[in-house]
Amino acid sequence: MAADASVVEVVLESDLKNVEVAEEVTRRVSSTAGFDEDDQHKIDMAVHESVINAIWHGNKNDPSKHVWLRFEIFRDRLEIHIRDQGNGYDPSHLPDPLLAENLLNVSGRGIFLIRTFMDEFRVESRAGQGTEVVLVKRLHTDNSAPSRREGP
Amino acid sequence: MSMKATVRQVNSVTVVDMSGRVTLGEGCTQLRELIREQLGKGNKHLLLNLADVTYIDSSGIGELVSGFTTVSNQGGQLKLLNLTKKVHDLLQITKLYTVFDVHEDEAKAISSFEKSAKA
Repeated sequence: MAADASVVEVVLESDLKNVEVAEEVTRRVSSTAGFDEDDQHKIDMAVHESVINAIWHGNKNDPSKHVWLRFEIFRDRLEIHIRDQGNGYDPSHLPDPLLAENLLNVSGRGIFLIRTFMDEFRVESRAGQGTEVVLVKRLHTDNSAPSRREGP
Repeated sequence: MSMKATVRQVNSVTVVDMSGRVTLGEGCTQLRELIREQLGKGNKHLLLNLADVTYIDSSGIGELVSGFTTVSNQGGQLKLLNLTKKVHDLLQITKLYTVFDVHEDEAKAISSFEKSAKA
């Protein structure tokens, strides 16, 4: 559990209009956590793609189903849990969108973008309990950032 | 804010000034219908001006790819103009930057259609 974390929780009805609500909350949380604008945008996009997956693929756009977002702000990272009421999927079986034969595919880039923009991405699917994805972005403070050599 | 698009004709090129969000749902549907409509009118040289596109997601990128393929299959060309840094970075990450013909100058973009039509 997140004993040493600040927690923000949001419950959304499965309506694509709520994706922008999720983005707004994400921007506020990631700003509060101390991420710069570039990282805020990456986190925002990763949540956007995850919430769309939850609403569209997980809950099949059924407004009676919900998506739960839980933001856990730690000193060194932000963990975001996004849970739906769908049947789950195995991200290891998704085609690589960068392969030449997939480059002109219309779909299949969402999970790739999430992996690219976040430091960790996990999918936990349980039969009858929906799917939960966990996104982690580490905060690069002065102490954790790689040292830069400067000067002559 | 959903997507908005205005269409203008410059010589043989149909320039589409897009703004707002190109995301799953309304934005992608609008873009798909707009391209279909222009092809239906016989306009096969399409230049999408993305200068004021504030947000594009994986579905929006997919819609650009779909438009590119559809227009190419009908013997036309779809090119991109004025990418924002975010859109530029997304196309780089997804390796699509080299697939699309991307321009920063509208006049040069327009003439690139004419050159390829003459070739």
